[in-house]
Amino acid sequence: MSDWEGVELHVVTGKGGTGKSTVAASLALALASQGRQVLLCEVEGRQGIARMFDVPPLPYEERPLASGHGSGGDPGGEVFALAIEPEAALLEYLAMYYRLGRAGKALDRFGVIDFATTLAPGVRDVLLTGKVYEAVNRNHRSKGARHYDAVVLDAPPTGRITRFLNVNEELAGLAKAGPIKGQADNVMRLLRSDRTRVHLVTVLEEMPVQETADGIAELRGADLPVGGVIVNLTRPQVLDAAARSAALDGTLDTERLAADLGRAGLEPAPDLVGALTAEARDHAERRALEEAQRVLVADLGVPTYELPRLADGVDLGGLYELAARLREEGMA
Amino acid sequence: MNRRVGPLATRPSAAPDLDVDALLADRGTRIVVCCGAGGVGKTTTAAAIALRAAEQGRRVVVLTIDPARRLAQSMGIEALDNTPRPVPGVAGSGSLDAMMLDMKRTFDEVVESQASPEKAQQILSNPFYVALSSSFAGTQEYMAMEKLGQLQRDTDESGRWDLIVVDTPPSRSALDFLDAPERLSSFLDGRFIRILLAPAKGPARLMTAGLGVITNTLTKIIGAQVLRDMQTFVSAFDTLFGGFRQRAQQTFELLQADGTAFLVIAAPEPDALREAAYFVERLTEEDMPLAGLVVNRASLAPDGIPSVEQCLAAVERLEAARSEDDDASGLTAGLLRLLAERGQVVRREERLRGRFAAAHPEVATAVVPALATDVHDLDGLRRVGGLLAGRAGD
Repeated sequence: MSDWEGVELHVVTGKGGTGKSTVAASLALALASQGRQVLLCEVEGRQGIARMFDVPPLPYEERPLASGHGSGGDPGGEVFALAIEPEAALLEYLAMYYRLGRAGKALDRFGVIDFATTLAPGVRDVLLTGKVYEAVNRNHRSKGARHYDAVVLDAPPTGRITRFLNVNEELAGLAKAGPIKGQADNVMRLLRSDRTRVHLVTVLEEMPVQETADGIAELRGADLPVGGVIVNLTRPQVLDAAARSAALDGTLDTERLAADLGRAGLEPAPDLVGALTAEARDHAERRALEEAQRVLVADLGVPTYELPRLADGVDLGGLYELAARLREEGMA
Repeated sequence: MNRRVGPLATRPSAAPDLDVDALLADRGTRIVVCCGAGGVGKTTTAAAIALRAAEQGRRVVVLTIDPARRLAQSMGIEALDNTPRPVPGVAGSGSLDAMMLDMKRTFDEVVESQASPEKAQQILSNPFYVALSSSFAGTQEYMAMEKLGQLQRDTDESGRWDLIVVDTPPSRSALDFLDAPERLSSFLDGRFIRILLAPAKGPARLMTAGLGVITNTLTKIIGAQVLRDMQTFVSAFDTLFGGFRQRAQQTFELLQADGTAFLVIAAPEPDALREAAYFVERLTEEDMPLAGLVVNRASLAPDGIPSVEQCLAAVERLEAARSEDDDASGLTAGLLRLLAERGQVVRREERLRGRFAAAHPEVATAVVPALATDVHDLDGLRRVGGLLAGRAGD
């Protein structure tokens, strides 16, 4: 049973370098592994999804990305991917809501589309969130179009996330009336509802944890629903508390260490014993710092999940492994 | 898609070392720009370089973009703002001033300095200006360039500094910093702007049929009020455009000048190094002076230790021989496992750096090991500076 039953839109944010795209992809896989139809969206034009899954660059079009075998009578779920481009989204939006025809092309020719998506304030974000809204809402209305059980959004980083999600609130203020205001209100209603959760990815270091706490406060201040915190890239826990404190005090039993090395078929040279005690001290120091940050994360008062650092980096197999862990921990 | 720029045929070799101290000691170095993808420690690197230069006798100002609170505090400044303020505790005869870019304030100042008070007021209170100056994604990059230009002019006039160190905004792409002025120029020359201006300036006959379609469509979509606000904004701003474009061009030329040195900052991760590669290639194409690559957060392994495979084989032997109540050999196995994992990470990072060096053999590189803690004070910054210069003991 997932902690987020009933959530249709999972927004994944995080400070740069914490691995938010990896987590978003793993979450999409974890959701799909239970027979769901999932859409994974990226909005920053980076083609991160294509790179992670080792497939050609994605066009502005929903493409099948990964599908499961299915097991024990369960149907296999599927992940689709969509790289949302503001220019294309604007033309699509205009065509859909205004049936512009020739006028839409004229707007493009006169540089209006370019203007709107590169410089006009916030329009980019309006279009990106608008497209996500459309994909989520299909679940309820449309016939013919593909229907998703969940949409996972690889969103802008923590520092920009509230402004990004809240852009429709500002737009509703600027537009005051008319179809744009109506649409902006609808998007905000979805983003603030029980159908949406914003998850934050962090690592156990001071700055990212602080930024996560600030991000949660900002999201709450804007009435946006905070989901879980995913602690990424954690260290292996190979030393117990006693060994860690001995490592810090410099009281590790080096003779015993040397004897073990000999039994294990390694030359117990002083260099190697020294390297191991240094490794022990380094590990103990970092674990102590991590523990301090872990306490702060626990104090955030939201469900937390942990993903280990994969020593060989993240490839497709790594994504599947992280997805399995997210499932085991109840995130999906 | 960007075209790739490189040697096309090359043998793998180690990258030359980046000599940070020589770069800072060279009085000809007037501007150091730190750029790279978000989350690679750009701001910390910029601050550490600025401090190191100051303590070697340079008079330095560092422009940071959105530093973490801790980093600002580490420079003894509770709240950095748009004005350079002296950093206390700098050793030696040099000096260090630090500031943080206030994007809106900088934009306001440009408007105020370029327009009559009345017109400036009109612009500053327009809702489109407010949105543009506080939330448009490219504004931060553009204003960072603008601020750099201002600092440079200050330096020329007052001689207050002899080195400017600039951090760049945490953009999606490191290239955004270079592209912002060009984007602004093309916006200003855009047809749409001309259309918005046309009714206010030209005779009515310029309202061609095509234009009518545009205006009607826009009115239908965004409403007459919004369109009027937009027109007011654009026509009020029109007189400033020339000045903006000219200064953007000047700053761009400043970046190409001999006294400028770009440092590309990365972490030993595929995404960060790919971003760094794009940036290096772009700088080469634009004739911008690249000083080198800084790889932060690197994992290092001590010399003379067994290989990953040897460590793991030893772990297996220990565990096979281990009895139930034997905690101590569990400890040895655990430590060997850690050492093996470190070896794995080091190997992966070396492979990544090696690939980068093969594609960009001319780029001098400094590798900075990961620190256990964040920087809290000047001593922390000094340590980072020492590591950057390849002198851990300094």
